Amino acid sequence: MPKRTDISKILIIGSGPIIIGQSAEFDYSGTQACKALKAEGFEVVLANSNPATIMTDPEIADRTYIEPLTREYLEEIIRVERELSPGAGFAILPTVGGQTALNLAIELSDGAVLEKYGVQLIGANVAAIKKAEDRLYFKDAMQKIGLDVPKSALVNNLKDGLEFAGKIGFPVIVRPSFTLGGSGGGIAYNREELLEVLARGLDFSPVHEALIEESVLGWKEYELEVMRDVKDNVIIICSIENFDPMGVHTGDSITVAPAQTLSDREYQAMRDAAIAVIREIGVETGGSNIQFGIHPGTGRMVVIEMNPRVSRSSALASKATGFPIAKIAAKLAVGYTLDEIPNDITRKTPACFEPTLDYVVVKIPKWQFEKFPGADENLGPQMKSMGEVMAIGRTFKEALLKGVRALDTGKKVGSEKIEPKILTQRLVTPHPERLSYVRYALRQGHTVKQLAKMTSIDPWFLYQLKEINDMQLELEKHPMESIPTEVLREAKRMGFSDGRLAGVWRLDGKGAQEKVRHLRKKHGVTPVYKRVDTCAAEFESFTPYLYSTYEEEDEAAPTDKKKIIILGSGPNRIGQGIEFDYCCCHAAFALRDDGYETIMINCNPETVSTDYDTSDRLYFEPLTLEDVFAICEHEASAGAPVGVIVQFGGQTPLNLALPLKASGVNIIGTSPESIDLAEDRKRFGKLLDELEIPQAPGAMAASVEEAIEGAKRVGFPVLVRPSYVLGGRAMVIAYDEEMVVRYMKEAVEYSQDRPVLIDHFLEDAIEVDVDALSDGKDVVIGGIMQHIEEAGIHSGDSSCVLPAVDIPERLLKRMREYTFKLARALKVVGLMNIQFAIPRASVLESSTPLGGSETHPHTDRDGDKVYVIEVNPRASRTVPFVSKATGIPMAKIAARLMTGRKLREFLPEFIERRADLDTGRCYHVKSPVFPWNKFPGVDTVLGPEMKSTGEVMGVADTFGEAFAKAQTAAGQKLPTQGTLFISVTDHDKPNVTEVSRKFVDMGFKLVATAGTADVLEGAGMTVERVYKVKEGRPNAVDLIKGERIHLIVNTPHGVDPWFDEQAIRRAAVMARIPTITTLSAARAAAEGIAFLQRGEVRVQALQQLHAERTVRGQSG
Amino acid sequence: MQATLALEDGRVFRGKGYGAKGECYGEVVFNTSITGYQEIFTDPSYCGQIVVLTNPEIGNYGTNAEDNEATRPYIEGLIVREFSRVSSNWRSSQVAEEYLEQFKIPVLAEIDSRALVRHLRDHGVMRGVVSTLETDADKLVAKARGIPKMDGTDLAKVVSTKSTYVWETGERSHLPDEVVGFKDEPARFHVVAYDYGIKQNILRKLRGEGCKVTVVPAQTLAEDVLALKPDGVFLSNGPGDPEPCAYAVDNIRRLMGRQPIFGICLGHQLTGIALGGKTFKLKFGHHGGNHPVKQLHSGKIEITAHNHNFAVDPDSLPQSEVELTHIDLNDGTLEGLRHRNLPLFCVQYHPEASPGPHDSHYLFKDFVKMMEEWKG
Ligand SMILES: Nc1ncnc2c1ncn2[C@@H]1O[C@H](COP(=O)(O)OP(=O)(O)O)[C@@H](O)[C@H]1O
Ligand SMILES: Nc1ncnc2c1ncn2[C@@H]1O[C@H](COP(=O)(O)OP(=O)(O)O)[C@@H](O)[C@H]1O
Ligand SMILES: [Mg+2]
Ligand SMILES: [Mg+2]
Repeated sequence: MPKRTDISKILIIGSGPIIIGQSAEFDYSGTQACKALKAEGFEVVLANSNPATIMTDPEIADRTYIEPLTREYLEEIIRVERELSPGAGFAILPTVGGQTALNLAIELSDGAVLEKYGVQLIGANVAAIKKAEDRLYFKDAMQKIGLDVPKSALVNNLKDGLEFAGKIGFPVIVRPSFTLGGSGGGIAYNREELLEVLARGLDFSPVHEALIEESVLGWKEYELEVMRDVKDNVIIICSIENFDPMGVHTGDSITVAPAQTLSDREYQAMRDAAIAVIREIGVETGGSNIQFGIHPGTGRMVVIEMNPRVSRSSALASKATGFPIAKIAAKLAVGYTLDEIPNDITRKTPACFEPTLDYVVVKIPKWQFEKFPGADENLGPQMKSMGEVMAIGRTFKEALLKGVRALDTGKKVGSEKIEPKILTQRLVTPHPERLSYVRYALRQGHTVKQLAKMTSIDPWFLYQLKEINDMQLELEKHPMESIPTEVLREAKRMGFSDGRLAGVWRLDGKGAQEKVRHLRKKHGVTPVYKRVDTCAAEFESFTPYLYSTYEEEDEAAPTDKKKIIILGSGPNRIGQGIEFDYCCCHAAFALRDDGYETIMINCNPETVSTDYDTSDRLYFEPLTLEDVFAICEHEASAGAPVGVIVQFGGQTPLNLALPLKASGVNIIGTSPESIDLAEDRKRFGKLLDELEIPQAPGAMAASVEEAIEGAKRVGFPVLVRPSYVLGGRAMVIAYDEEMVVRYMKEAVEYSQDRPVLIDHFLEDAIEVDVDALSDGKDVVIGGIMQHIEEAGIHSGDSSCVLPAVDIPERLLKRMREYTFKLARALKVVGLMNIQFAIPRASVLESSTPLGGSETHPHTDRDGDKVYVIEVNPRASRTVPFVSKATGIPMAKIAARLMTGRKLREFLPEFIERRADLDTGRCYHVKSPVFPWNKFPGVDTVLGPEMKSTGEVMGVADTFGEAFAKAQTAAGQKLPTQGTLFISVTDHDKPNVTEVSRKFVDMGFKLVATAGTADVLEGAGMTVERVYKVKEGRPNAVDLIKGERIHLIVNTPHGVDPWFDEQAIRRAAVMARIPTITTLSAARAAAEGIAFLQRGEVRVQALQQLHAERTVRGQSG
Repeated sequence: MQATLALEDGRVFRGKGYGAKGECYGEVVFNTSITGYQEIFTDPSYCGQIVVLTNPEIGNYGTNAEDNEATRPYIEGLIVREFSRVSSNWRSSQVAEEYLEQFKIPVLAEIDSRALVRHLRDHGVMRGVVSTLETDADKLVAKARGIPKMDGTDLAKVVSTKSTYVWETGERSHLPDEVVGFKDEPARFHVVAYDYGIKQNILRKLRGEGCKVTVVPAQTLAEDVLALKPDGVFLSNGPGDPEPCAYAVDNIRRLMGRQPIFGICLGHQLTGIALGGKTFKLKFGHHGGNHPVKQLHSGKIEITAHNHNFAVDPDSLPQSEVELTHIDLNDGTLEGLRHRNLPLFCVQYHPEASPGPHDSHYLFKDFVKMMEEWKG
């Protein structure tokens, strides 16, 4: 069937900020959908609040709305778009934006918005979505077509829940309706647990509804990725088998493709079921993900759920097979049939077939519990991982070991902390470290049988682990010098890394891996590269989508073109997220246009960078020295010049920069030495002194004594942290000696060459982020972003506004001056990011409300100091945000500078005028999103250690509106009326009245603790007094629980209140009450609320905003 | 145990030997199915062939009593990347290696099987030897060249049953009967099936559709078939080249129009010849479970199981009598045809699957419908 002609405009809804359960995979699928539909000549409109995505790049869609993903804003977008093209056939594609997009589609339809504006849904209709998403409808549908499901009942109150559980017996699974990543789901083994889990579940469900379900814990879990077209042709793209049995969310399971332990009869029965399901649910076109459980003893098969949309698993399946599900789904949605769409990889054959694999794919999740002390680390039906890696090998063993080293944990295999006491518990209860414990148990001589019994992991998988263990033991028998070639080859074929071999032979420190590499070469044991081709080599493949393995034949002969290798950022994690993938993709796009062969190396299946048409060649490989260097060598072997970009992928590639260079690899852009210099406290401190740029006094310590001494010298409070970290891992503010000691004893590992860093902590300072471009000579500042929270709250966790709203010009000037100096001193070629801290004292005279006019003399007092917090001569988290705000693709320009082009080619006027990039008439606010709801009980206070998983952007003509939008987009519903609870520390008291008055003027009642109340009453405001938590009852927490409070301003300071206020923050999160921890944020909120009270909903397309400025010298 | 594969063009692969010690000879072909190695081992159509499986992990779920397509394996030898020493599946009764060893089938593992597949794809299927005894490349290559060519050899009569028998059991679910209650319908039709190397799942499917099946040797005369008073005749799959099977072609000609006829694979090729068409050899054949086949009248696509080295040339068929019903979307080759006025249709691929997708089961129903109409 040819393309539909009754539609000309299509709105694609994105998935919003990165959160647990909805990560970069929806940028990948959304981008594919946009590109595919645009290529088909449709007018593509995109709505997504996440600025860090490729899909929100202005050239990906015709009109891009970076607006909150709420019913109100979408309705406005639809209204505007309808107005723009009254007659046009207008459709919404809701199936590439995750659960968020599906839920919005339902809201829009239920709210009659679709009718009102004559908009239709394509891909999946409302009926199908409801049938699939409503767990009860779904089960009925399954039984109707004769498929088995776990027994269950839908309840909306605790009583019914307990009653049903009594009937089917514990344990039971609780699964809220309409939530993603299993939010609020859980397992209850007894009544008490059920009360707790069910209460939470009901609370999480937008419809206050949850399913109580028969447990199939320990069963084998499978997923099938299914596609269907309008002619009812149905194909299975990929089968996925979960290594961790039923009970661990598939997002938290190690998964394997294709399924390994099913015979054809069993697999075909599952295939038949999947086809029946997609037909019954009525997904007309596109992809769906269907999950099954199989009883390991009887083969009884139950259907677990279906996702009528592309998903994390479909992204994985696309990368695992080379079949671009989202792209094809988009084409199917507009009427094409599978046989009309060619298979990009084979070209000659159609997309209507079922990919077959001649390799094994393993996905391993990445968790970050270290960032959330107190969180429950056991794995269950609710997803908790932040990201994942995928590895391709010719065998399961090889793929698994590649995956393990791709995780980039910084730990050597075998060096994990193992507590023999809890071995049984760790094996029985799913946990991030379970794999390590299985390895340990095997080493201790546990049998596969015993382990299978304890873990319920399929014995076949365990046997593979045993073979790995046997090889480890074999290796340990041979000293390095006399290792037989055959054993060495066997080990490498099995996936043993050079690092692990170095471990076996007790080689450590610098050069250990190199020694192993040379040994391998001596024995002629080197990797070859094979292609992912969808067809197991039955047909020729035209896309160099490659993976390494230790076989005979290489299929990736390098070309003689000049090439650039871009190192990706590996698994998504807090502090190293999609922003870096964005930069890597931009490098690939720009340099391809400049005529280079672009080569991507990455191991994250969720990303756009691992889409085989983002770069000319894709190596799906771990980002370790061994794997990356092997590729560099291989690519260089044809003699053509090779340059490697390390500054776009975050810390992971940066850690490889020096060793790669030492091995003779040509790193382009800012030199690894400069990057290293910026990370090296001593040398960098010296540089700052030379440049006369102030920095908070700092010290370094490799022992407790040194630490105490250092802390005293720089003066309390101090900020303590290990060297070389991204996202401020294991970083604390210590207010006294005792805290420093505890930190040194418990929190970190340190050594002479990895000392602990101690800085004086600048209290009450405004933090500023600056991003700049430099070719080593000229420098252009991309943006000066004023943080809303003060210094001390990680730059990644603080909201920020571009342009800055109340920083005096003279201080902006100073920061520019420092930036220029530093860029030149570090010979930055490419991107640079600097964080500054400005003591509020310097700005005090001008501490008029944010956005207010500022007036003050141009004197240079000591209060005018601007401190440098850190300099990152590399891409930063804010690059995509600044690029969207200014319309200048900074990462693309940076990539070109690294190849030797000059800044003058791109931004001559800005250089002449020494001007920052133009942010136009709008304010742009970036706000973070936190995973608190996944980690109940964890303290939600913000600090110097990053906790946010994603970000959103609000764009508007006034700061207030932009901030309100950002908050709304981030899911923080600012109240427009009600009661404000306010409690500030002494040095905030002078400024508290002015803020509070704003709220009073807007009609808010005030509740305050004694000290604050005195000040406010003194200023003639009426205040209700309330006790501090420790003082007595009723206290703040009581009021919050009593739902008397609608907004909290609480500025904690010093160690005691910091902990004292935990109770308030926790209560607030539970009651979903916005909590503001700084006065500046309170001012921002006041302006936001003032706007919200006007009840206006306005949207603007990015392309319009950019067009308004004469964007000079923009290229690419 | 060390093992070696030598191809007639001189290419040699060295790896580890599993299963039986010894040597095997045959045409080396590759199959891209992800699942179903046991069905492949026991498919008589593989007689005379050494099979390379592209799925690198083979043997994982062992072997069991129900998934055989014949009473013994027919592949001459097996080549894989990784051959599991253990089996894990609730239905497994024997580790794959033991099973093959028991029937003296050598296995070559731990070679770059993808390189081998690419070689066969580029240079076409060719003769080869797998040996765990001889390691000298030249000797083995010479042996490979000594193997009789597949083209021109009639293997159907070699693998066919020597005596007539009746097939009684229909399809069974892979789940134990206590999970799914199951019993066969009473048989409403009598089908005589020519055994050119028939797969048991064809018999199960026919029985499942309510047919009593009498299986007869490949060379049974048309008259003797008619004497059995069938409601329809089935022409089975089988190994080797259809060209030399003149006897079969002759019998089919004599049955056309006198009985409803349904043919699969070799049965289809023989029918093509009987209708005056020609067959030719494909470069590396179709062997897998993911081939898109298009029904020409409805435009619908079936994902199908394939296992054939030869194909019928559509242009060689008389347009007036023959309607082309199915084509392969990968290479456009003919996959099915029907007679315009006689009760006769056949397909090149394997609707009985086993291994493979079930999309084409409807063809067995079509056959039954055809018999119903013929009965009137
Ligand atoms: N009845 C059950 N018994 C045991 N585990 C279950 C059951 N149902 C689901 N699970 C586990 O919970 C996980 C999440 O359930 P699922 O229905 O997939 O929700 P989500 O929409 O979050 O993916 C599944 O991957 C599975 O491991
Ligand atoms: N001397 C300091 N005074 C106040 N706050 C600081 C100081 N140093 C760091 N911070 C806070 O800690 C956060 C993280 O520190 P930073 O050096 O940027 O580490 P990272 O590499 O994680 O970005 C900063 O964003 C800032 O808010
Ligand atoms: Mg799921
Ligand atoms: Mg920082």
